Amino acid sequence: METTLKTSKKRTGPVLFSNYQQADGIKKAIELGRENILLELKNSGLKGRGGAGFSTATKWMLSAAANAEKKFIVCNADEGEPGTFKDRVLLLEYPELVFDGMVIAGFTIGAKTGIVYLRGEYEYMLPSLEGFLNNMKEENLLGKNILEKEGFDFDINIRLGSGAYVCGEETALIESLEGYRGEPRNRPPFPVNTGYLGYPTIVNNVETLASIPHIIYKGGEWFKKNGTDKSKGSKLFSVSGDCRKPGVYELQWGTKINELLDIVEAKNCKAVQVGGASGVCLPKSQFNRSLAYEDAVTGGSIIIFDESRNMLKILKNFMEFFVEESCGQCTPCRVGNTKLLEGVENIEKGEYTFSYINKLKELGKTMQAASKCGLGQSSPNSFISILDNFKEEIFYSNRKGIKNVKA
Amino acid sequence: MLVVEKNNLSYEIERMIKEYGNDRQSLLQILQAIQKKYKHISDFAQQEIARLMNIHPVEVYSVISFYSFLSTEPKGRNIVRLCKTIACDMAGKDAVEIAVKRELGISFGETTNDQRISLEYTNCLGMCNEGPAMLINEKVYTHLDPEMAVNILNEIK
Ligand SMILES: Cc1cc2nc3c(=O)[nH]c(=O)nc-3n(C[C@H](O)[C@H](O)[C@H](O)COP(=O)(O)O)c2cc1C
Ligand code: SF4
Ligand code: FES
Repeated sequence: METTLKTSKKRTGPVLFSNYQQADGIKKAIELGRENILLELKNSGLKGRGGAGFSTATKWMLSAAANAEKKFIVCNADEGEPGTFKDRVLLLEYPELVFDGMVIAGFTIGAKTGIVYLRGEYEYMLPSLEGFLNNMKEENLLGKNILEKEGFDFDINIRLGSGAYVCGEETALIESLEGYRGEPRNRPPFPVNTGYLGYPTIVNNVETLASIPHIIYKGGEWFKKNGTDKSKGSKLFSVSGDCRKPGVYELQWGTKINELLDIVEAKNCKAVQVGGASGVCLPKSQFNRSLAYEDAVTGGSIIIFDESRNMLKILKNFMEFFVEESCGQCTPCRVGNTKLLEGVENIEKGEYTFSYINKLKELGKTMQAASKCGLGQSSPNSFISILDNFKEEIFYSNRKGIKNVKA
Repeated sequence: MLVVEKNNLSYEIERMIKEYGNDRQSLLQILQAIQKKYKHISDFAQQEIARLMNIHPVEVYSVISFYSFLSTEPKGRNIVRLCKTIACDMAGKDAVEIAVKRELGISFGETTNDQRISLEYTNCLGMCNEGPAMLINEKVYTHLDPEMAVNILNEIK
């Protein structure tokens, strides 16, 4: 069926899904002023929700300190990691959080333009998002002298991607916005200094930006009551795979995998993929681990596999993904992913020796160290963790015991 | 190509460049607009864009070849993109795939003779909790089963 864009279901959660009235964060930001916004943000301990986990306050301070005639705020809505769909829910159901967050960012660092880089696959959201932005203009939450604050000008444009996962990488995203192939750049320089068109640019994930209005309005102290020592606040988890209640959940950082499996009613669970295809695959013996920056970290993707699943087929699906999505710019990633996929196919056929497997794992480690961007640095994670954690199933049986041979 | 068609296309490209601007950062938007309207970006279109934007045609081609939603070869009026990533795969994508191929008599990567539908695979659409999922042009369809998928395809013009 064609998807209904909004669910009527009322969501609840400690931070992101808690109450918020549009513009409250912007009003408070004007009251606080730049310095205090940055202090509040620093106190909150917010880290990026797009995967890398960089301190948001530091990113903002660096770009606030940069001296330039123009600055930009970019919302990274490229959400392409397999198993991730929380940004879709935020954009469709909580656009006020994302856009207020961008406006506050613009006010803080002195940027007048915000750009949402929306993945091409989400083009169907354009009418609702643009309608929302128009309303904000009418209410003077965008445009000139926002909320009558002299010189507070900010506008938001939406730009579409065109079907390339790597464009979620922040420098590839900037290349794409500039009209080039979405190939990651060397970093440094970082976008906070040399970003879109060479100007200082904040690139933040949708969920990071959506946390901002809550933090500014309710305070960094309030925000960090949630989570753990090293992972402040809450997290949106996109849960899919074998469970009765897949969907988006806002949970405390530090939630144990076991607890999450109970919440989503997963039965006979054999493995959990934490962090999407770029993440790691954990067996039952590790389900007591915590979802947090300091333990099992994820940009939000949680994929559940029950006892009937064939782990090698799952791995093959992931490696095919990386072979297709590698931008091909650097050799470790371009050649390495092809070799790893070939390895999976050879294992499937039973044509392997253990010294060959070990060589492939070594290759994986080289890719992690030598690839230019996060894609090639993280694509071996699935390969290594699945072959290590599920070796009995993959190497010690003839896999006939696996009932459902489909992945 | 007929000369008349060429002129129409040039006209349209000029209009788009007026709308988006002729600086480099408008290139992707212009390519997206041409792709949407003409279902591909022909050699001639590439040359026209290059000429009007003052860049080399190879530059235009290299950008097109990077993005999976842009193509230099003509596509059907409707592009169907079935998600083949893991969550949809586990939710029954294979059955949908087989049914769709059989119904249309073409494989993925091909276009029906009447130019009505091009079938393609795509990676994760961000609908993993509602798989199997597919896009038809920009619309998203979820919770597919083979029969439903075929009925949807049979309805599009
Ligand atoms: C291959 C690749 C894909 C990425 N895709 C996304 C994405 O879709 N969304 C996102 O926010 N960050 C993505 N990132 C991370 C970004 O590079 C960047 O770290 C992030 O947008 C910063 O925002 P944050 O600090 O708010 O997390 C990706 C990184 C890599 C290497
Ligand atoms: S690691 Fe892969 S995706 Fe990243 S720059 Fe190198 S080839 Fe491109
Ligand atoms: S796996 Fe198909 S939509 Fe994510």
